[in-house]
Amino acid sequence: MNEMVKVDRRDAKLALAHIYVAFIALALGGLAGLLQTLVRSGKFELPANISYYTILTTHGVLLGLVLTTFFIIGFQFAAVSRTAGTFSDRVRFWGWVGFWLMTVGTAITAFFILIGQASVLYTFYAPLQAHPGFYLGLTLVVVGSWVSGFAIFAHYARWKKEHPKQVSPLLTFMAVANMILWLVCSLGVAATVLIQLLPWSLGLVDRINVLVSRTLFWYFGHPLVYFWLLPAYMVWYAIVPKIIGGKIFSDSLARLSFILFLFFSIPVGFHHQLMEPGIDPFWKYVQVVLTFMVAIPSLMTAFAMFATFELYGRSKGATGLFGWLRKLPWGDARFFAPFVGMAFFIPAGAGGLVNASHQLDQVVHNTIWITGHFHLTLATTVVLTFFGAAYWLVPHLSGRVMTKAMNRLAIIQTIVWVIGMTFMSGSMHFAGLLGAPRRSAFSTYGNSPQALEWIPYQIAQAVGGTILFIGIILVLIIITNLAFFAPKGETEFPVAEVAEGAERTPLAMENWKLWIGITVALILIAYTIPFIDMIQNAPPGSKGYKLW
Amino acid sequence: MAKEKMKGKATEDSNLKGTLASVFLLGFFLIFTWVSVYYLFLERL
Amino acid sequence: MHIHKYEKIWLIFGIGCLFVFLTIIGVSAFAKGNQPPSCLTTIDPEKVDQTPPFNKPGLVKTGDNEYQLNMVAAAFAFTPAQVEIRKGAKVTINITTKDVIHGFEVVGTNINMMVEPGYVNSFTKTFDKTGEYTILCNEYCGAGHHMMTARIKVVD
Repeated sequence: MNEMVKVDRRDAKLALAHIYVAFIALALGGLAGLLQTLVRSGKFELPANISYYTILTTHGVLLGLVLTTFFIIGFQFAAVSRTAGTFSDRVRFWGWVGFWLMTVGTAITAFFILIGQASVLYTFYAPLQAHPGFYLGLTLVVVGSWVSGFAIFAHYARWKKEHPKQVSPLLTFMAVANMILWLVCSLGVAATVLIQLLPWSLGLVDRINVLVSRTLFWYFGHPLVYFWLLPAYMVWYAIVPKIIGGKIFSDSLARLSFILFLFFSIPVGFHHQLMEPGIDPFWKYVQVVLTFMVAIPSLMTAFAMFATFELYGRSKGATGLFGWLRKLPWGDARFFAPFVGMAFFIPAGAGGLVNASHQLDQVVHNTIWITGHFHLTLATTVVLTFFGAAYWLVPHLSGRVMTKAMNRLAIIQTIVWVIGMTFMSGSMHFAGLLGAPRRSAFSTYGNSPQALEWIPYQIAQAVGGTILFIGIILVLIIITNLAFFAPKGETEFPVAEVAEGAERTPLAMENWKLWIGITVALILIAYTIPFIDMIQNAPPGSKGYKLW
Repeated sequence: MAKEKMKGKATEDSNLKGTLASVFLLGFFLIFTWVSVYYLFLERL
Repeated sequence: MHIHKYEKIWLIFGIGCLFVFLTIIGVSAFAKGNQPPSCLTTIDPEKVDQTPPFNKPGLVKTGDNEYQLNMVAAAFAFTPAQVEIRKGAKVTINITTKDVIHGFEVVGTNINMMVEPGYVNSFTKTFDKTGEYTILCNEYCGAGHHMMTARIKVVD
């Protein structure tokens, strides 16, 4: 195999277009985040009557939906083109169609948020009613992502046809699994937007079933976080081993963990609805159990990562229990940023088990603990891994090389992120245990002594938020440099190989019909009866409110 | 000797003591966090 | 599929832990009644003011040291906004909303409920410590969300 397999230039352009939009979203969404932490410290007020909740909606939509979806689809296009060969003109054409649908959708959504017609947060809970343009824009984002998903499926199908009886490349397999997960789960949000929210906001129907709409949203909302996480796992399993000079620990186990994610990340949405009326506690518990099952592939991943590092370290002569840690390439930002991301997934996962346990959720539900939690999972684990990937992906696609100075800046960026996030997320967790709510502007709740206790933590959040914003500026400098100013040259797109002598991956791993069948069966088991209950025992619907 | 063994079947009987120790440390951290918040729940019952 | 011996040990331990956690919360929920708030009663959200018990929000004595606290949430206030409870009283809080979704959190306790239009939510707690508890809305409901608050005073 040629070490320097390049992504075709036309495919590179498609991938880069996605990545540019992602980093523009990071710049704007990050600024919104900084303003939020400052407001919440109680020492700062937004100028010109800008609402805290407009800023909050901007932050959530730009970073939770736009940054993630664009980066992921761009990265997956590059990874599939690199490992399963250059796209056909048709596939690439549909890739561009998907890109423009998503971009136009994002622009429409952002417009209605910024003019204050859609301060409904990124969860857009009815009966708060946004301008129809907000829902329409989001629909275009989702439909665009579907078009891109089908482009990837078509390319994969062609590869399978041209390579009968062969196991597909690992990265391509993983991208396909992630897009299937995305398609199955985004049907829920599409259903609530197209059948409920859009007709209701246009005035075609007067009332909306609130609980059904929330349930459809969370059917989508939890797998959404796995849609963010799986590309990070792609980097960890299939790319980081190559960067350190090691091998993939087990190709089969990597694929198995992705299949388990497909099974267990969807029928678990009730764990976001554990404190809600209208859902029988038995069905809540069923989904709590299923939520715990989704921890299993992450336990497998933890082992595989440590094993990859230890095998490499020992092959370099490391001794002792932890001697292999010293052999890792700490000075290489392509390794260091994702590694830090992995390390932060340990507290993130621990917090996740707490949130999913329904009684413990009574302690933390809708407190800022939850915000602290997903700033570890998404805003550290996933985002640092994406940054680490961008450090080779962007120069690979732009035909440039990362200089030593930029690499050093990227290491500093990672450290800045760690410090900022430790302050911000750490104080969010503690304030949450003391009851401080999420999604709320600064308030002392009538000088309540309990609320006054939170203020030092809120100041720490502002300190952390400011440091993180410096981190965002640093990463934007690095990415701009790598895209437009770094010296021209060839950068490797690292793809790891399986260890010699490892057993061959069974072809049965690609039995998608069976995997999708099991996924659908689990969804039906978890949702059918409670969903029918919701509809049969529905209260009168709600009309729309605009209370901001 | 030891090196040769490593090169061979990577997943068979390679030395992964450090990995085992690491994942168990991780596991104990999960238990510690969960039990702490569960204790808080009981405290507030 | 071959799995390394240590990985087997780890997965048995890890999955075992998950099942221990699930058993603890399962037994606590189904045997001891520590279920999360999941009331199934429905109500017409536009007729809350006419529907008992929410037509007269407040504390009602229902038995020996047992009370019902019926509350109404609406943008951006709870009714009643001040409640006094005797120490040791067992109180069932029933709450509903007249407009959008709200949250009902009593800071420093396990009382944490989603309040959704069309539904009543309910949670029972014995208040055995004196002091003042802040109630706040912890689900975004609009411009005045962070001003939405009430107090519970537990007295001897």
